[in-house]
Amino acid sequence: MQDERGALKRPLGLRLWLSGSWLTLLFFAALFAPLIAPKDPLMQDLFLGRMPPFWESGAEPGFWLGTDSLGRDVLSRIVYGARLTLIVAFVAGVLTCIIGATLGLIAGYYRGWADRIISRFVDIWMAFPPILFAILLIAVLGPGLFSIIIAIIIIDWTRFARVIRAEAMSQGAMDYVASAQVAGRTKLDTMLSEILPNVLPTIIALLTLEMGIGVIVEAILSFVNLSISTDSPTWGGMISEGRTSIHQAWWVLVFPLITLFLTVLSFSQLGEGLKDRFDPVLR
Amino acid sequence: MALLRTFLLRLVTTIITLFGVAVIVFVVIRVVPGNPIAMMLPPGATEDDIAQLQALYGFDKSILEQFIIWLSGVVQGDFGTSISTRQPVAGLVLNRLPATLELSIISLIFAVLMGGTMALLGTRYRDGKAEGVIDVIAGMALSIPDFLWGLILILLFGVLWPVFHISGRISPALNIDFSTQFYLFEAILRLRFDVIYDLIGHMLMPALALAIPLAAIIAQLLKQSLKETMHLDYVTLARTKGYSEGKVITREALPNAVLPTLTLVGVQFTFLIGGTVIIERLFSYEGLGNMAIDAVINRDLPLIQGIVILFALLFTLVNLTVDILYVVLNPRLRNAR
Repeated sequence: MQDERGALKRPLGLRLWLSGSWLTLLFFAALFAPLIAPKDPLMQDLFLGRMPPFWESGAEPGFWLGTDSLGRDVLSRIVYGARLTLIVAFVAGVLTCIIGATLGLIAGYYRGWADRIISRFVDIWMAFPPILFAILLIAVLGPGLFSIIIAIIIIDWTRFARVIRAEAMSQGAMDYVASAQVAGRTKLDTMLSEILPNVLPTIIALLTLEMGIGVIVEAILSFVNLSISTDSPTWGGMISEGRTSIHQAWWVLVFPLITLFLTVLSFSQLGEGLKDRFDPVLR
Repeated sequence: MALLRTFLLRLVTTIITLFGVAVIVFVVIRVVPGNPIAMMLPPGATEDDIAQLQALYGFDKSILEQFIIWLSGVVQGDFGTSISTRQPVAGLVLNRLPATLELSIISLIFAVLMGGTMALLGTRYRDGKAEGVIDVIAGMALSIPDFLWGLILILLFGVLWPVFHISGRISPALNIDFSTQFYLFEAILRLRFDVIYDLIGHMLMPALALAIPLAAIIAQLLKQSLKETMHLDYVTLARTKGYSEGKVITREALPNAVLPTLTLVGVQFTFLIGGTVIIERLFSYEGLGNMAIDAVINRDLPLIQGIVILFALLFTLVNLTVDILYVVLNPRLRNAR
């Protein structure tokens, strides 16, 4: 038994460490993009179109990961693309989390009619496939950064509400909550100072997973050209361009794809890792 | 009797759900900011032109009136006219549906085969290295969404080792004069092996991209149910009778362990059908999903409406089928009442 625990713990540590490092690196790359990116991500030079990465023959010095068909630097576009990706991941993730977790806490702790209404909405939402929702919302809101964020919030708040409601319910049944109320604390005060800290680990784990979803949703929408305008560098947009020129210039597809892959994987591994770590049964 | 009851009850709820979806879609689409009609006309069109066109598409009436007109059309199989192509929505949508259905079903078959094999192997060699390997593979497969799997497959088998088709549904050079859009189904019936080979070759990559995450879910849940069953008395009995371990798993444990997986596969299959939207785009596969994205880009409201409702119909039919299968396969429910 002891061995099994140890075996479970070790890869978990490495997993968290690796994904955390990648995301930190990405965060600083996005933050200091103008300092890190070797070129202007929008600068076109048709004479430098489809230059291969630095280790291949025919590479142009300074363009480390090659150029796309318009001669734009792939590395710089990845670095700048990280900005939009992380903005969507962060803003959509946090807002979804705040709305969903608040409703979940209220439903799970106050119960009664609030719970009935919120749970009803969750049920309706669960019956409606997310992809249809997304098509409808983007069609209605029109393409753009704002629409993506709104769509993610509207579609995904139930993810938080469901889990946090269940957690708040089980916490609310515990002795320490009863004693807080006996001590004369108001319900709202008890919820914020007793329940919230106890469900916070779950919220953080869910938030991390949600950010990963934000990254992939942004990539998909910019891939099909429904994200922000086509001039700004996005990973999905680069992948879309790379997909069409895959037989002439594989690097236009491969490098943004690797970046996207690592980012999605990191968010999900970090989220799963945190979930396991905070799970009292596994701990 | 129980079967008939379940069926009728579910049929009624299915119709109610569909009606609800139709109402929601209709209302949501009509509060769109921006005038889709104005976008159809060349710049410089007069107010009069816009008004005329709006009247043609019925956008000048109240929402309730529009809904009644639309609904009475739907009952007669008329889903309105697409704005971007000026063709009837029903025809456009039904023309694309077979391609999406074939892709979804092939993906489901792949997922069940892959996931089932992994679960059976994991149970046969449980608590050993093999099970650990299967767990890791399933975990990896799950944390990567189908869109990324599609791209990875394109790189691996379209570029690095170009053995499979990575775009389209069928080779244009192939001469087929089929009477339906169910190419694969019809090719099988007509024993046109060249066509079957070509279709499967095109479908393999997108179907795998859709199937891999679902296979991982099936592997995890089915293995868990199987392992729970392996401790039960009747399984031990079968073992003492001298059955081989493989036979014990497939003959005795599997029929009992398969029910929870079936319910889950039903729900997940609707997600898989949803996934075809982006996967079809990625592989330039001419299906409903690919059309949906074009419709959103063109803001072709009647077409979006038709596609969304057709998808909703598909999802409810899948759920209905799963519910019925559950009753049929579960002896406890079958004999009830």
